[in-house]
Amino acid sequence: MYPSRFRYEAPRSLDEAITLLREGGDDAKVLAGGQSLVPLMKLRFASPELIVDINNLPGLDYHREDPDGTLHVGALCRHVDLERSELLKSKQPTMAAAAPLIADPIVRNRGTLVGSLCHADPQGDWASVALALGGSIVAHGPGGRRTIKVADFVTGPFQNVLEPDEIAVEAIIPAARGARAGGYLKLERRVGDFATVGVAVAIETSGDTVTRAGIALTGVGGSTIGATAAAEALVGEPLTEQKIELAAQLAADVSRPRTDHRGSAEYKRHIVHTFVVRLLSRADGFAERAA
Amino acid sequence: MTIVYDDEPDADEIPVRRIRFTINGAKKVAEVEPRLLLAHLIRQGLKLTGTHTGCDTTNCGACTVLVDGKPVKSCTMLAVQVDGHEITTVEGLATASELHPLQEGFKEEHGLQCGFCTPGMMLAAKALLDHNPDPTEEDVRWALSGNLCRCTGYQNIVKSVLWAAEKLRS
Amino acid sequence: MSQALDEIKIGGLGASRKRVEDNRFIRGKGNYVDDIVLPGMLHMEILRSPLAHARIVSIDASKAWEIPGVHLVMTGEMMATRNLAWMPTLSYDTQAVLATDKVRFQGQEVACVIADDPYIAKDACEAIDVTYEALPVIVSPAQALAPGATVIRDDKENQNDNVIFHWEVGDAEGTSRAFAEADMVSRLQLHYPRSHPSPIECCGSIADFNRATEKLTVYMTTQAPHIIRAAVALVAELPEQMIRIISPDIGGGFGNKVPVYPGYVCSILASILLERPVKWIEDKTGNLISTGFARDVYLDGEMALRRDGKILAIRMHTDSDHGAFFSDAQPSKFKIGLMHSAFACYDIPYAHMISRGTYTNKAPGGVAYRCSFRVTEAMFFQERMVQAAAVDLGMDQAEFRRMNFVRDDDFPHRTPFGFLTDSGQYGACLDVGLKAVGYDNFLQQQEEARSRGRLLGIGISTMTEPLGAGNSREYDILGIKMFDSAEIRVHMTGKAMVRTGARGQGQGHETTWAQIVSHELGLPADDITVEEGDTDTAPFGMGTYASRSTPVAGAAIAMAARKIRAKARRLAAHLLEVSEEDVEWELGRFYVRSAPDRGVTIQECAMAAYSNMPDGMEPGLQNQSFYDPPNLTWPFACYIVTVEVDPETGVWDVTNMVAVDDCGVRINPMIVEGQIMGGLTEAYAMANMQFITFDAEGNCVGSNYMDYLLPTAWETPGFELHSEIMTECPHHPIGAKGIGECAAVGGPAAFVNAVMDAISYTGVRNVDMPMLPDRVWEAMKYRRDVSGAPPVLTDE
Repeated sequence: MYPSRFRYEAPRSLDEAITLLREGGDDAKVLAGGQSLVPLMKLRFASPELIVDINNLPGLDYHREDPDGTLHVGALCRHVDLERSELLKSKQPTMAAAAPLIADPIVRNRGTLVGSLCHADPQGDWASVALALGGSIVAHGPGGRRTIKVADFVTGPFQNVLEPDEIAVEAIIPAARGARAGGYLKLERRVGDFATVGVAVAIETSGDTVTRAGIALTGVGGSTIGATAAAEALVGEPLTEQKIELAAQLAADVSRPRTDHRGSAEYKRHIVHTFVVRLLSRADGFAERAA
Repeated sequence: MTIVYDDEPDADEIPVRRIRFTINGAKKVAEVEPRLLLAHLIRQGLKLTGTHTGCDTTNCGACTVLVDGKPVKSCTMLAVQVDGHEITTVEGLATASELHPLQEGFKEEHGLQCGFCTPGMMLAAKALLDHNPDPTEEDVRWALSGNLCRCTGYQNIVKSVLWAAEKLRS
Repeated sequence: MSQALDEIKIGGLGASRKRVEDNRFIRGKGNYVDDIVLPGMLHMEILRSPLAHARIVSIDASKAWEIPGVHLVMTGEMMATRNLAWMPTLSYDTQAVLATDKVRFQGQEVACVIADDPYIAKDACEAIDVTYEALPVIVSPAQALAPGATVIRDDKENQNDNVIFHWEVGDAEGTSRAFAEADMVSRLQLHYPRSHPSPIECCGSIADFNRATEKLTVYMTTQAPHIIRAAVALVAELPEQMIRIISPDIGGGFGNKVPVYPGYVCSILASILLERPVKWIEDKTGNLISTGFARDVYLDGEMALRRDGKILAIRMHTDSDHGAFFSDAQPSKFKIGLMHSAFACYDIPYAHMISRGTYTNKAPGGVAYRCSFRVTEAMFFQERMVQAAAVDLGMDQAEFRRMNFVRDDDFPHRTPFGFLTDSGQYGACLDVGLKAVGYDNFLQQQEEARSRGRLLGIGISTMTEPLGAGNSREYDILGIKMFDSAEIRVHMTGKAMVRTGARGQGQGHETTWAQIVSHELGLPADDITVEEGDTDTAPFGMGTYASRSTPVAGAAIAMAARKIRAKARRLAAHLLEVSEEDVEWELGRFYVRSAPDRGVTIQECAMAAYSNMPDGMEPGLQNQSFYDPPNLTWPFACYIVTVEVDPETGVWDVTNMVAVDDCGVRINPMIVEGQIMGGLTEAYAMANMQFITFDAEGNCVGSNYMDYLLPTAWETPGFELHSEIMTECPHHPIGAKGIGECAAVGGPAAFVNAVMDAISYTGVRNVDMPMLPDRVWEAMKYRRDVSGAPPVLTDE
């Protein structure tokens, strides 16, 4: 209930923040929305010595689209901004479906998409969404910026490739090369529950043909799982019932769920299959709360 | 929190920060340890005990307050983070002479029993009504789904919020 | 001509009076324990065991002592020097306050720190170094009873196994005969999973020992302050008159706040040692893993049936898991509470029950969570067995119930386990429920839907349950008889104050108690204040749990008011200058029988009691009553749920929920409905998501609100409530029966029965709660029962 002591800094510029993080090294933590970090600190599962609060950094609370359709989400863009975004509703069905399913409405006022990706909780919903959409993270460090594919960003449960003196400042979702469809289905028992299973599907089509596909899975492995083979099976051909079944089977095969108090491994694998079929059969970006 | 030592403590052992903020319309300055949670600043530092703490994991919402008009769980924000911001707690809902319609609504529709979740519920509801003055029952249930109540079964809470919405509209 | 007051207008019986306690709660001006700040107050935090069963090799607290701001570190060793390392439980067992020899469940209290603020206290707890030597862990009754099982309670003399009790009730011989003669036997094995009442407010206390006056004041989250006073007197060996327990506003109790917890005792000892107020506020994990859990009972149930559907006999065998210490608060004569109230609404000639209680390496408790002593398990088992039997017989589940109900003209009725039910209209309630839910229509829809692959189900739960213990002949806790009391003072201006030994936690006592007085005396309810929870001012009472308040304390209020009215009548006769026999009462007023226009109001009588009483009359107008109820009250409920199950995922949604409650006279219908809706939600939660389970190492799963799931407004279904049927309680002074827990007791079976009905095509007879989607799916896919607690990490 009560965090350990730490030093707190709230820099006003990114450079200042980087300097602080360099000083702090492995014992420093970036605080953005704080909706995962602060509870961990209260439970003393995390006891950083330095907190670098980036909430005062200017100009990071955006989400906007480039003329070419690339979506940029700033490090201080809150879940609620995405939940209410007309841009997402019209152009980003997978994200629009996921946004209302993140945590609960109060938490969504503080929590951020970028923070959620950095937290790398295997049960985090945004990670699957970003993975399915082929997203990237922009890291800002002393040497400037680098862009890291979400697929390469997470190295394990609660671990990412950021250097101690790097800050993730933005997530990028690449532009669609055709009509975009998709959705996110989350089996949860009540609002705010972790996903028993979550499935993100994002496809792009040109005419009847699928030109790009992404499928990613939440809560069925040690980290977010990209169902690459399942997605690839869809590309270059129309979305037929046989193709959907094949993709669902491949996605279920790649999942690595564990039996726990949310459900058996077999059940979770079955839900992956079911959700892939449901999403692809109704690939119109519908959002549905499964619980 | 004030700490009294028997011996002279190490000068920089406990870094304390000065913060300025507004709570329920009143300007305040406070010196806080960085690890102090906003909920504890409100409850102990400012003696506004209407904001309750119920869980450790950001689930129950009993500690919900408005920061710059948005509901947040004050147990999951550091007090230092409200530097320069505006806070509204349950004590700021009523004016000297009048209850807020949400307060009236909760009483009229029996939207509370033990009263522990009520302040958080009302503030979450206020944010909803500020954003959407004419919500449906479903909108209300959705907006309150970050706040737990053990007593009422929610049906009367929903009615209370709809009662307040109607009053605010007329 | 009558000048009686309009009872509804003055806020009397039957008025849906708005709650007076709301005025402070809606302003954030409630006064919960954690809101109280005393001068010089220190803060306590508890260090808990990470292991479920281990020997304590050493505790090194030296680093904790060195932290600035730390005033005291207490360990079991220190408690032992004051004979406080162990304390008696409410069930004649002992419980460790701070562990000395061993820890016996995960989360057990090992040490505590008192510091300037809770942050520092927590820092110091982290700095305590405890070395444990792990021991074999037992997490179920089956393991506990296995030959050669480790004896958990080796601290107790003559305890050579893990059995706490072996208890029998009913007619073994008659039951055996009935089974031998039965056409068929329906058998069902069930588990009622471990749960936790989990009020949003955790437990806490502020102990304030004043060395100068020798008085100990304890502010605490307790539903039973007087019992706590007695317990503290016994445990801390302090004179009872020097102990004052104050239970201020309570943020929900539901049975969690009945027992005595180590944290309370530690804060008291710390205050005595430090001579300063010491506050302890538990965190949620502490609350969920160490304080009174509920349920965790296994049933092997059998029903002897005649082919036409008549139930001939019941056999129940229960194994209950009480955790490491037997600390249930149960009436001492009944080891497994009122489990034997099962089947009370059915006319069954024979029944027999054997109950075993076992120790395990789990948190102690078995509290009556929104429940009268295991009645929740009893009614769940009953209604699941009833539905299974109806299916086995191929009978309609509603008709099967109806043909076995105790008939309206058959009261008083002796149940096969020995209870005496006294009133009810069971069939009529069922009719109301079936009509409201559109039963026949639903059955048709269900068949049509099934042909299209959709799974609809309907579940019924009907039950009468015993609420409001005593009577004192049969009911006591630790020998203290279960009665209650009330005191009413009528001031000279006709305003009044009521005090009782109950202690509400959201039930609205401050509102309804005034309504009872209003009904009896004709004083407007707004002129009456209610005060509870302070043992220095409130009369003795057993506290508020088990739906006792209205049946017992409420009755005491009515009886005290009647004594006051009797005195007021004498004052009225004096003022009217007639003899007492010539005085008639109507609400709010005495009048002369022969001249009804000549009268005096109750307020005028009150003034006379202080200013113009007749010669020889004791002045003043106040009285009290100790009420020992002649019997329990027996409300009846019929809950009907319809669901749709997703055949692919096992997810089930409630499509309709109808509740018909006959709880006798409703003092405040608005509050009664609030109680019912709260109970229905807990029933839904139990059926759906709310459970605690343990892995093989005894790690508690469900130790915080991320894993212990309480439903939100989003999932919770809407409820349709019915109050058409009202059968007065024949012995309660105002005809009321208990209601607070009915829906939580009777509700769960309705949800489970509905899901089982929806998947009845599989032939599966049982899915135990919680009916998680994966369990329902497993039942459908493999056509097999899914039993027991949900598994935790059983594979890789």
